[in-house]
Amino acid sequence: MSEKKKGKAGVKELSPIDVYKALPKINCKECGEENCMAFATKIVNREVRLDQCAPLLKKENEKAYNQLKDMLKPPVKEVVVGEGEKAVKLGGKLVMYRHEFTYTNPTAIAIDVTDEMSEEELLSRIKKTEGFSYEYIGYTLKLDMVAVRCTSGEPEKFKAAVKKVVENTKLPLILCTSNVNVAEAGLMAAPKAKPLLYAANMDNWRDMAELALMYHCPLVVSAPNDLSMLVSLVKTLLAYGVEDLVLDPGTFVGDGLADTLNNFTMLRRAACKGGEELAGFPLMGVPMVAWVDKGEAADEVVKWREAYSAAMLIVRYADVLVMHGADGWSLLPNTVLRQNIYTDPRKPVAVEPGLKEFGTPNENSPVLFTTNFALTYYTVASDIENSKTSAYLIVVETEGSAVDSGVAGRKLTAEKVADAIKETGIENKVKHRKIIIPGKASRISGEIEELSGWKVQVGPRDSSEIPKYIIDKWQP
Amino acid sequence: MADKKKKDEDLGVNFSPDLLELLAKFKEIELEDFEMEVKDLELWLQSGALPRQVMSQLKVAPALKGKPTELLQAPFMPPVETYPGKIVEVKLGATKGEGGTRGRSITIGGETSPPFYTFERPVVHPPVVTLDVFDMELPLSKAVKMHVKEVIGDPAAWAKLAVEKFGADMVTIHLISIDPLLKDATPKDAVKTVEEVLQAVDVPLVIGGCGDPVKDTAVFAEIAETFAGERFLISSITQDMDVERCAKFVKKNGHVALSFTPMDLNLARELNRRLYDFLGNEDIVMDLTTAALGYGLDYAFTNMERARLGGLMGDVELAHPMSSGTTNAWAAREAWLKMSPEWEPRELRGPLWEVTTALTLLLAGVDLFMMMHPAAVKTLKEVTAQLVSGKKADACKFLDWVSLKTE
Repeated sequence: MSEKKKGKAGVKELSPIDVYKALPKINCKECGEENCMAFATKIVNREVRLDQCAPLLKKENEKAYNQLKDMLKPPVKEVVVGEGEKAVKLGGKLVMYRHEFTYTNPTAIAIDVTDEMSEEELLSRIKKTEGFSYEYIGYTLKLDMVAVRCTSGEPEKFKAAVKKVVENTKLPLILCTSNVNVAEAGLMAAPKAKPLLYAANMDNWRDMAELALMYHCPLVVSAPNDLSMLVSLVKTLLAYGVEDLVLDPGTFVGDGLADTLNNFTMLRRAACKGGEELAGFPLMGVPMVAWVDKGEAADEVVKWREAYSAAMLIVRYADVLVMHGADGWSLLPNTVLRQNIYTDPRKPVAVEPGLKEFGTPNENSPVLFTTNFALTYYTVASDIENSKTSAYLIVVETEGSAVDSGVAGRKLTAEKVADAIKETGIENKVKHRKIIIPGKASRISGEIEELSGWKVQVGPRDSSEIPKYIIDKWQP
Repeated sequence: MADKKKKDEDLGVNFSPDLLELLAKFKEIELEDFEMEVKDLELWLQSGALPRQVMSQLKVAPALKGKPTELLQAPFMPPVETYPGKIVEVKLGATKGEGGTRGRSITIGGETSPPFYTFERPVVHPPVVTLDVFDMELPLSKAVKMHVKEVIGDPAAWAKLAVEKFGADMVTIHLISIDPLLKDATPKDAVKTVEEVLQAVDVPLVIGGCGDPVKDTAVFAEIAETFAGERFLISSITQDMDVERCAKFVKKNGHVALSFTPMDLNLARELNRRLYDFLGNEDIVMDLTTAALGYGLDYAFTNMERARLGGLMGDVELAHPMSSGTTNAWAAREAWLKMSPEWEPRELRGPLWEVTTALTLLLAGVDLFMMMHPAAVKTLKEVTAQLVSGKKADACKFLDWVSLKTE
């Protein structure tokens, strides 16, 4: 199979010309673009969808449509778990490396419950999972799924637990058992929920495949540390008619960490770079295996191991993770990391210019400015926030330059600062006319005073000193 | 579909609709384990109605609705590649025999594969950790302070603690007291501090400045001369410094330059090119800027990953070992701030913030980590050791996570 290098192209290999050739080429502008070539470019950049080309949907263009669809198919299949608005999409990756193109579908994080937990505990874990919420630079970080594990080995118990879970949450489920009877009992309790079924292995694949087909649910394929078995199972299950697969090459902590990362990396490379379709499915990581290896360790230590294993898997291609530790301190770094890794790498390193308010500023509050380089902005913003003082911060449009390079490259000029003072309407919000400028912009302090009429106070070179500066030096 | 069916009928091919549906679904799979019944097929193929791939499906389609009864074998070939480039090896610290006083020197870099692609080839030099030691009191987060409060203000004792208790491979002495805005300590004062640390521990040292380009140059010059031959990593040389002067005293006295640029690969290349006029490639480590988890780590990660892949692909200006100021993780307020109870304790959240930042960058290719919290250091070292151990997973051991009884 390794010789099979054709097939779905990574984003890099797909050119707008290829797409253009298959489009109707009539420049009808119905899609809102100037012409078909512009549309083709946006298609390649995944900024528009194929369905937005109305003529392409006509019967006579069916062949071209299908051809394009095939060309645009991601090397990692997108698999949907769950129903309704909480359904999660797994995989759908277009590229291996983040700089090549935006990663689609952030790693879904599932928290586990078992069929032997007391009702109270089960409900409390579900509530905690659903209630997890953290506001971070305009995003709300959430958890995504509930994994129900069968620890009892009894179908009826599992069924009851799954029933309890679906009655209490709309979050998509992962049903975890290798016992087919147990799996079926679980599915009967959630027949329409489209849960992710874990897992088909070398022994039970036929029965699991039947269940997946019967309940129209996606199926995890499990072959711990045996990629040939894994892709063989994939090949078999595809032939069986099960299309929505998720791959579990095994997660191992401790000495197995190297194998774990290697397996994930090889599968993703084979899919994205080698055109290997049998590897082209979402990958499941199970950081909670840290609990299997608990030994004498304290719970906090295991949560710590689980959390850092999860972090490495988020970076190395996991599309879904099953975790047991449900503490805020251990989950927060990973939800933030996931958000970071899944941002658009093409996004200019800039934030929206304008006026930002911290705390509850009034007419006597200090006014500062910084640039719209995202890192500069977030650093300054967090420093002001941490000071717990109320302040206004003018974010000057510097085309994403930092303060020092902005001054040097004339992206940050006195004109721009003076304009920003005008445009933000800060003059109506404060009585004073004093602005604290970054220490690294001291060179243009005189010019700013001249152009804006505001008195300039040269602030610290590093924003970490802003809080102290405001306390010591600010007087309206 | 209607057309096709018509065609099939014309050709006398009687596939059940189920099968056709099935075939349509799998047109991408490759299946070759079946003998071909070709007569009808050839006829059909002449019509050109189906692409070749689908034809291969037909071979497979067994009588029983296409469902295989046996496992279909498909060997997985590890996707191993070779790369035209190699990350340069840089030696830090010098033993007596090498002209210095260190107990051992440490080599970083030398990689010929992306980070920890050990399915391709083993890691050449595992990443190392240098712990931060400050030469004067400064505000530290509670989680960090609790581990070092006895030694704050005593850099020699702090360095000893870092090496002997926390397992640091190297020590960074941050000469923040030289900052004109702080104590404005003289180059002579700085030399004295470095001397103390040098006496206290026998690991290679990183010499950290205060960030003032003029003052740093003066202090680095003095230290470089005084401790010629020690092969310190001078942290750092930046574009706003007198690069030529710095490069010359680094070279003349046998040290290593840390080429620091603000998160821009073009600037990194440019600064390295300026250094090449005076320094060998093996005298340069680069720092592409580390932003904290949640505060730009995405940029840092991608920048470093690109640099490493670029270096391996033959871009020599990026083929240097990378250093990361991972301590910057503590700039994220989530690392140190007291938050509402559901996010506590911060004593765990903080170091985990540093570990998460470190491990993310470990996977991007960082060779030298400048770190702060002992627990974060311990984890990074453990993980690195596991990744390079060459040991295989005990897969059986982890099979029962599904039925694992917790609590």
